[in-house]
Amino acid sequence: MPFVRLVAVFFFLCCATTARADAVDDALAKFLDNKFASTEQGVNALAATGAANAPAILDALGDNRLLIDPVAHIIVYQTAGGDLINAKTGEKLSGVDADSFKKVRVNNGLRSAIAAAVGALTLASPDPRKRASAAEAVFKSRDAGALAALDAQLSRESTPQVAEALRQARAAIVVLDPKTPSADRVAAVTTLKARGDQDAQSLIDEVATKTDDPAVKTAALNAEAAIKAHLAWLSVLQNLIYGVSAASVLLLAAIGLAITFGVMGVINMAHGEMVMLGAYATFVVQSALPPSFLQWSLAVALPVAFLVSAIVGVAIERLVIRYLYGRPLETLLATWGVSLILQQAVRSLFGANNRQVVAPNFMSGSFDWAGLQITTGRLWIVALAILVFAALQVALRATSFGLRMRAVTQNRRMAAAMGISTGRIDMLAFALGSGVAGVAGVALSQIDNVSPNLGQGYIIDSFMVVVLGGVGNLWGTLLGAMVLGVANKLLEPVIGAVLGKILLLVFIILFIQKRPRGLFALKGRAVEA
Amino acid sequence: MNKPLLRLDRLGVAFLVITIGAAALGPVLALVVPRDSALAMPPYVVALLGKYMCYAILALALDLVWGYCGILSLGHGAFFALGGYAMGMYLMRQIGARGVYANPILPDFMVFLNWKELPVAWWGFHSFAYASLMVMLVPGVLAFAFGWFAFRSRVTGVYLSIITQALTYALKLAFFRNDFGFGGNNGLTDFKDVLGFNVQSDATRAALFSLTALTLALSYVIGRAIVVSKYGKAVIAIRDAESRVRFIGYRVENYKLLVFVVSAVMAGIAGALYVPQVGIINPSEFDPANSIEAVIWVAVGGRGTLVGAALGAVAVNFAKTYFTGAFPEYWLYALGGLFVLVTLFLPKGLVGLLSLRRRAAKPTPPSTASLARQEEGAL
Repeated sequence: MPFVRLVAVFFFLCCATTARADAVDDALAKFLDNKFASTEQGVNALAATGAANAPAILDALGDNRLLIDPVAHIIVYQTAGGDLINAKTGEKLSGVDADSFKKVRVNNGLRSAIAAAVGALTLASPDPRKRASAAEAVFKSRDAGALAALDAQLSRESTPQVAEALRQARAAIVVLDPKTPSADRVAAVTTLKARGDQDAQSLIDEVATKTDDPAVKTAALNAEAAIKAHLAWLSVLQNLIYGVSAASVLLLAAIGLAITFGVMGVINMAHGEMVMLGAYATFVVQSALPPSFLQWSLAVALPVAFLVSAIVGVAIERLVIRYLYGRPLETLLATWGVSLILQQAVRSLFGANNRQVVAPNFMSGSFDWAGLQITTGRLWIVALAILVFAALQVALRATSFGLRMRAVTQNRRMAAAMGISTGRIDMLAFALGSGVAGVAGVALSQIDNVSPNLGQGYIIDSFMVVVLGGVGNLWGTLLGAMVLGVANKLLEPVIGAVLGKILLLVFIILFIQKRPRGLFALKGRAVEA
Repeated sequence: MNKPLLRLDRLGVAFLVITIGAAALGPVLALVVPRDSALAMPPYVVALLGKYMCYAILALALDLVWGYCGILSLGHGAFFALGGYAMGMYLMRQIGARGVYANPILPDFMVFLNWKELPVAWWGFHSFAYASLMVMLVPGVLAFAFGWFAFRSRVTGVYLSIITQALTYALKLAFFRNDFGFGGNNGLTDFKDVLGFNVQSDATRAALFSLTALTLALSYVIGRAIVVSKYGKAVIAIRDAESRVRFIGYRVENYKLLVFVVSAVMAGIAGALYVPQVGIINPSEFDPANSIEAVIWVAVGGRGTLVGAALGAVAVNFAKTYFTGAFPEYWLYALGGLFVLVTLFLPKGLVGLLSLRRRAAKPTPPSTASLARQEEGAL
């Protein structure tokens, strides 16, 4: 008889809601007395109902926004926006002045009761994420008053992650309570140990120093040692992640330099400015696009920045570098001059101040992964670096332009003798290297100030990557960037950022003695000058 | 070998006459000639010209390694700054109890950092003789150690330029740190007196001016003596065809090392003269950009000509003073343009321009052609 069953369910539901509504009415009625004792009873009773509007009412009470009319027995609360809402019916009251009501008085004792009640209510929230964050809040506050609500929620919790958070919150409360039986406290220490983060460590540390119970103390000391070891590993891993992130930035900035240096044997001191132009191109693209395109602005900026920097690069090559062929030191000086001019030109055009480049939503923020902090923007930069590296490998290995370029890199005269137009390859290689620098600028606009000096900050590091990696092939650049980026971040917590950097520079100066042409040197007679 | 030691050309003689003349005439114009006279040299001009001459010594030193030995050092500012710091440390110790914290031993910044004892690096700097020794020794030893490694493993060309740049960059970072013990980013300043004379007084400034002019003349004489000697011929040969010189049997690295060390010491002395005249030394002197700017002085004046290097330093810095005063916006355009135009169109610099007429009469010296050939091969 499905129909009967349906009716029965309907009937049951009605009863349930009425029963709950009655409980809410009873709870609300307590507020009408406007005495601290009965108000507290009202708070607890209201929290126990778990009514949907209970958090709003309790919040209003804590902020002195719960109003009563003792004569007409009306309870209303004022929203933060100023609307008056009937607490019982949830209807909005119009044409009524808030001054015609009395405020329900609260004191500090009540406020903490309210906070605990709101916490307990969120613990019971239907949204698992809210429940988890409420449990986390209890873990932080270690409010013993929330114990009952925790236990209640634990008994009916269905989501395992939330249950774990609830258990941890419960453990945080009971572990410090000397009245708890020893076995429970040891179990609590085990729960905290499983959590294994900084908070758990400081809590367990507190337990170990405060407790007199030998069993608890031993458990706490063991757990603390275990957490410390775990945290040390995590911090190494975290630094490794920072290192990979720094390395990807270095790789982006240096790989274009490696191409031009490899092919032409000249150092382009204006390479940093190509990066800077890419960052400014991002800024211009973002200002020119309507705000609704913000999410896509970086995707548009990538080709634009590539083109802008590539065109400027070709101009430099055609107007300056071409005439200095065979004089690498003079090229270095001339391109330095170009870099000064470009910096000043950008300063004149856009002003000396930093320009704001906004990150699209999907690139901002960070997330937690197995206890490691990962910034979303950095992750995208790593992805971009991998993409650029792969694209360049394909361009160099699988296209005829790449083949010619590698030929010129290996032996310019022989390549020319085989009919390769070395001048044209120079120009294209310069365009490619500069364009990649522009792409690096798009990435850097996300993590650094877009200012005329942007490129200056990266140029020396980029040189170091190229010197370390050599110009034999791009894997050298990748390895150089990895070594420098990771070593820098691993050294940073040990000896500080500046000293770490100095140490690396000294290391490179010594390294170049052993391998004057870098890790991946070109083999063959072309190397001997 | 009955030729005179220096084999001075007309330009060299003119240079020595001007510098020694300036050393003699400067104090007269600054101190004796009445202030309202048209010939009188106001104190700021004395300081400015003194500064230019310090730069000229640095340019001369740089020319010795770049113009004659083909080593493009982008870190010569480091030697200059190290010499300056050595002198600055002496001047700091001379302040004595007259500092803000009136500590007779510790300079103010150390008291501020709550240090109790003088670091070992500062020992002995109360003595002028010791400080003067350090002015030469510190850059010299650094250049020796650096050059020993670099030249032995045959690091040349662009690679060498880049690691010299890394060297000065590393030093800059180090000196920026407070706990490195040299005043952090404020550097050393508020000097009171040098050898008992007030550094601010006109007479001391005039004396420093003369001393700088004489040092410039002496640097020229030393540089000239080196480049015209048999040793200098080998150095020039290394610039033009390093491998060939090595194959003939010369120890190339030793030649390079000596010229590099001499040049570094010269740069250190220039820095030491610079500091009392400008009254401050801070880590920004180590900035790689400063070192590259010094290279352009040499290029503008004419590399491979010692007079040209000094001339270029004075000319570019005069232009810098003028531009940054009159059109601050355009100075970087001008400087950048200078780098590009000089390398493209004036490979021999101003001196090359001056001797254009003479060159039309005489046949082209062979060094130009071999220079170009070598650089092509260096790729």
